[in-house]
Amino acid sequence: MLIKVYALAVIVMLFSGLPAWLIGRRSAIGERSSAMLLAAGAMAGLAATVGAVIAPLTEIDLAWSLPGGHILLRLDGLAAIFLLPAFLVSGLGAIYGLGYWPHHKRYATAGRLRLWYGILAAVIVLLPACRNGVLFLVVWEVMAIAGFMLILTEQEKKEVRRAAFVYLAATHAGTLALYAMFILLVRQSGSFDFPAVAALNGTTPIAAAIFLLALFGFGLKAGIMPLHIWLPGAHAAAPSHVSALMSGVMIKMGIYGIVRLASFFGDIPPWWGWTVLSLGAVSGVMGVAFAIAQHDIKRLLAYHSVENIGIILLGLGVALLGKSFGQPALMALGLAGALLHVINHGLFKSLLFLSAGSLINATGTRQIDQYGGLLRRLPATALFFLGGAVAICGLPPLNGFVSEWLIYLGLLHSQAPGAPLGMSMLVVAAPILAIIGALAVACFVKVFGVTFLGEPRKPLPSLPTEAPLTMILPMAVILGCCGVIGIMPLTVVDLLGGGIAAWGGAAGPAAFPATLAPVGWISVGALLFLGLTAILALLQRRAVIAPKRPATWGCGYPQPTSRMQYTAASFAEMLTGLFHWGLWTDIEKGEVRGFFPERSHGADHTPDVILDRMIYPGCHALAWVAFKTRSFLQHGVLGIYLLYSALTTIVLLYILL
Amino acid sequence: MVDVANILLLLVILLNFFVLGSNRLGACIRTVALQGGMLALVPIFLHPISGHLLLLAGTAMVLKVFFMPWLLFRAIRMVKIRREIEPMIGYVPTLILGTLATASAFIFSDRLPLIEIHQGSLAIPCSLATLATGFLMLITRRKALTQALGYLILENGIYVFGVLLAEAMPFMVEAGVLLDLLVAIFIMGIMVNQISRTFSSLNMQNLSSLRE
Repeated sequence: MLIKVYALAVIVMLFSGLPAWLIGRRSAIGERSSAMLLAAGAMAGLAATVGAVIAPLTEIDLAWSLPGGHILLRLDGLAAIFLLPAFLVSGLGAIYGLGYWPHHKRYATAGRLRLWYGILAAVIVLLPACRNGVLFLVVWEVMAIAGFMLILTEQEKKEVRRAAFVYLAATHAGTLALYAMFILLVRQSGSFDFPAVAALNGTTPIAAAIFLLALFGFGLKAGIMPLHIWLPGAHAAAPSHVSALMSGVMIKMGIYGIVRLASFFGDIPPWWGWTVLSLGAVSGVMGVAFAIAQHDIKRLLAYHSVENIGIILLGLGVALLGKSFGQPALMALGLAGALLHVINHGLFKSLLFLSAGSLINATGTRQIDQYGGLLRRLPATALFFLGGAVAICGLPPLNGFVSEWLIYLGLLHSQAPGAPLGMSMLVVAAPILAIIGALAVACFVKVFGVTFLGEPRKPLPSLPTEAPLTMILPMAVILGCCGVIGIMPLTVVDLLGGGIAAWGGAAGPAAFPATLAPVGWISVGALLFLGLTAILALLQRRAVIAPKRPATWGCGYPQPTSRMQYTAASFAEMLTGLFHWGLWTDIEKGEVRGFFPERSHGADHTPDVILDRMIYPGCHALAWVAFKTRSFLQHGVLGIYLLYSALTTIVLLYILL
Repeated sequence: MVDVANILLLLVILLNFFVLGSNRLGACIRTVALQGGMLALVPIFLHPISGHLLLLAGTAMVLKVFFMPWLLFRAIRMVKIRREIEPMIGYVPTLILGTLATASAFIFSDRLPLIEIHQGSLAIPCSLATLATGFLMLITRRKALTQALGYLILENGIYVFGVLLAEAMPFMVEAGVLLDLLVAIFIMGIMVNQISRTFSSLNMQNLSSLRE
């Protein structure tokens, strides 16, 4: 029954964009009914998923004409974890779109955007339930195409087209690897249906090939550090609620693929875990370092996605190593941390992108340096952005803290008495996680400070006004979810237990026992913290309010101007300098010399090291070689062309005989 | 009867060398016409005579001996050239290459897994040698007309292969081969006219200015 509700929800979401696409230009009813359809579908799907957590569901198994394929849908604990944020974010994003990308302002693109948004949302929520390789690949490809179309929403801009094509190339490279992976998988398991948990042997060379192909194919979608090339451009180019869906949910499908694939294998060699762990460390540290160096708010958030994927991979690496060394506690903690961070990142990253969208709508720019002093004009947006920032930095009392805490527990649990040396080495990842957290805090202090505090730097074309209710409400709901998970993590313990059980851990309450992670104490701590804050706030209000100083202390300057404030670049300069070995920032430094310096100019710019410094020049070199070869071979002399075909014939005959 | 066919095929190979070594266009066209005529007779000596076979031989005779030479002579008259000058490779090297190609055609056809009737027959090596000659003509000559002759010789080589299968091969396929040829000649004819009209010369190298 519930699985039918789920299937119906997916179908409703799939076609939800049609009204806006067909009649959106004529009346506002089109886009409203589209948003309502998508939200209703998401609600139904959410209900079905929650039902799947409580009681196992029947499956859908339909015949299909494709060879090797049949439509096999099953919801288990692992799928549910990925489905919950997907349903939530897609539904709320549709409502947010009413205010953010309304038909009467975005006449040309709004209908198309809604159509593809519905399709993307539907295939994202369909993917975790697919249990057949052919079906999975079809859904995966539709997801790729829908994402491409959504990035292309503002296709008249050159950077948008560029980002979309980089995305298309990246996702198809990934899909190619996935095709190879599924073919190898079928050779191992004998059918395109997903094998049962721990059914395959992980020590064979074929298993290693499958794992590496999956890491490449799924990693491209997830945005693991060397493979993240499409992510910053695409997230910056897409409309904000699309970025929220893509960054919050779509890239998690790559994580889902890796997690699901790892569950098929029984004896996992330790190098799998170490590989995932090192990739996680690289993604985490370099992701946040790149984020600090960005001045475009959406590119910055996109690099934070890379960072958070890194954190998830750290947890997953712990889980894999726990499985390899036969330590169920390690596995449970690592996996619980990773899966909870999947949910959390889905929530707070969507929140950040949505509030960034509200900023962009209000100011008309994505450049952080153009903002300033927006706290007074956009108080609600500032509150939601602050909530998202606290959560993403892993600070209590919000949800990011809980998942990172679980991963820390997992890392430290490797020091259990009698642990093998290989396992106890795991503890070195703990300081890395700490570095990531600290850098994230620095980055969001920069963003929040430069954006919301201080004075406006430049006069904006129009005075920024607060977002409409259709945009505020979705953000409020997401912030509420962040708060619930952060303050009462007990609510998600059963969910995580279901995920761990589906991945190969013990079933039932034993999957994630409370002795491992005393989550109850988090609630106590968070409530104490909130109470303390409330008391302090009350006391301060009671206290005699000192007369407000007219202006900030101006360092001895009699007439400070708003241009003397820290800019995004100057605030981050020390950290970008520390990471210069990896960032390769272009610095155009204005030197100030002498007592009466001339007018000077300074700027820095950090293009992506992998895409802009390696892949593009590499492709240019390749194109140059190909061009030279072409002009050597293709000279227009007919006789030589015929010689080519004669030689080919001779060579072929020689080979054949 | 098979002996007669073999003699004809040998003559065809000899004519190949004549075409490779000659720079007079008129003589070349006549030689190719003669070659075509011989080849048109070959199926009659190789296979038991039937109506279909006669029709095939007749069509080939008409096309190869009368129609195409007529077209080519007409082209020569229109563009007023008589000789192929400055081939890419000289005549003697071309002849040596042709000899090598003919020799390797004989060696190669020995190694082919043929059915018993065709083993020892001259048809296969003759076909391969003629194909190679046609290719050589196409590669080494610069004038569009000599290239057209190269196509014709190439097609003659293919025709010999077809002859082996004349009984088994459906009539339509054979007709298709001839039609191909006709199209090739027409295209060449048009090209000859167009090139000479545009560049006031028949040099195929002028076409290389059209690349990219």
